[in-house]
Amino acid sequence: MFEGPVQDLIDELGRLPGVGPKSAQRIAFHLLAADAADVTRLQEVLQKVKEGVQFCEVCGNVSERERCRYCADARRDPTIVCVVEEPRDVLAVERTREFKGRYHVLGGALDPLGGIGPDALRIRELLARLGGTGPASDEGDIGEVIIATDPNTEGEATATYLVRLLKDFPGLSVTRLASGLPMGGDLEFADEMTLGRALAGRRALS
Amino acid sequence: MSTLYRDTGVVLRVQKLGEADRIVTLLTRRCGKIRAVAKGVRRTRSRWGARLEPFNHVDVQCYTGRSLDVITQCQTLDAFGSGVVSDYARYTAGCAILETADRLVSEEGHGDSLRVYLLLVGAVRALAGRERDASLILDAFLLRAMSHAGWAPSITECAKCAAPGPHRAFSVQGGGAVCDVCRPPGSVLPGPETFALLDALLHGDWPVADAADAPTRRDTSGLVAAHLQWHMERQLRSLPLVERVSRP
Ligand SMILES: [Zn+2]
Ligand SMILES: [Zn+2]
Repeated sequence: MFEGPVQDLIDELGRLPGVGPKSAQRIAFHLLAADAADVTRLQEVLQKVKEGVQFCEVCGNVSERERCRYCADARRDPTIVCVVEEPRDVLAVERTREFKGRYHVLGGALDPLGGIGPDALRIRELLARLGGTGPASDEGDIGEVIIATDPNTEGEATATYLVRLLKDFPGLSVTRLASGLPMGGDLEFADEMTLGRALAGRRALS
Repeated sequence: MSTLYRDTGVVLRVQKLGEADRIVTLLTRRCGKIRAVAKGVRRTRSRWGARLEPFNHVDVQCYTGRSLDVITQCQTLDAFGSGVVSDYARYTAGCAILETADRLVSEEGHGDSLRVYLLLVGAVRALAGRERDASLILDAFLLRAMSHAGWAPSITECAKCAAPGPHRAFSVQGGGAVCDVCRPPGSVLPGPETFALLDALLHGDWPVADAADAPTRRDTSGLVAAHLQWHMERQLRSLPLVERVSRP
């Protein structure tokens, strides 16, 4: 244990995902030794990210304005919506250059072991969008929902839940990314080729 | 000195570690509960990761590390995961089963977890098989796991004075069925069908359990959940999220 602010910093860093106690210590001492200007810059971007970034009112993606750039882009097809777990998955799908529709970011996956049930995700907002009562309802009816949750247990369970919820929506087709994405992986690690193929070969679920 | 060992187990939980690794918690047949690192499994190119997903029954080889063991090989014995997640109610019941098993067995105190392991494999196999109501499978597992832990509710005798039953009242705080003399305030009167279902689930009398009607199943689930939560130090996170759909 170190004293005062140094230990506080190590503790805070250690709470970040992927940072173990050893790495937290290494980062803390790196910051201690760094130029004051470098630390100030880090401090400023941290502050900006909490104050300046908001969530898109339509899809829940991170955004600098009320609507993210995909929801604000009139060239993108508003009738087809790709449902993902996290904002970083939007970037993964974008990298494929295969998809020209809109997104819906759930904010996670259904994970009872982590205490995450349907009410903790942006599922109600998805239903409002499909029912024509969301903030972008003037743009036309949604005809297809592509479920692009992670190919792991929580992602599959989330897909199962969404399919059951959406299957009776009139005039809506629900598809799931095709296989090629092995179970157990994170969508963000899929290479563009694999993810592109999975997107092109998505299968209808209802 | 690190040593190699091999065991079979059910994956209880996976947590992300660093960029692409995972910490996998398994309840094994011989070594009890273990936590081990699986390296590189979150990369979608790793076909290995799919085997180390919750509910799966696997054969693993590990070596003992300084803080955590490391998994070096893994073969699937039963891919229960895909059968469980294909139905949301089954998935939520399955999560409550995994969390209960995780909480009942401590990492240090192995030796006596074989019974929980066998109950767990049986329950997850039944869930993946999709032949029986998920809620009944869950309640049977919870009752038998509590019985193993030494605090199953008393069902026939009075939990306080051991007067032979059947009795009418049930008290979670009192330990189960209670006679009219011992009956503490706050006891409930569940009805004889509920006592019969509790007994059937605890003893694996499936014809009786399968024949129970929806209100009886619901009352029984409520008592089992209340009894479990009363004995757990911390509340189970998954139990309130279990979707109870009774199919008569
Ligand atoms: Zn948006
Ligand atoms: Zn008594």
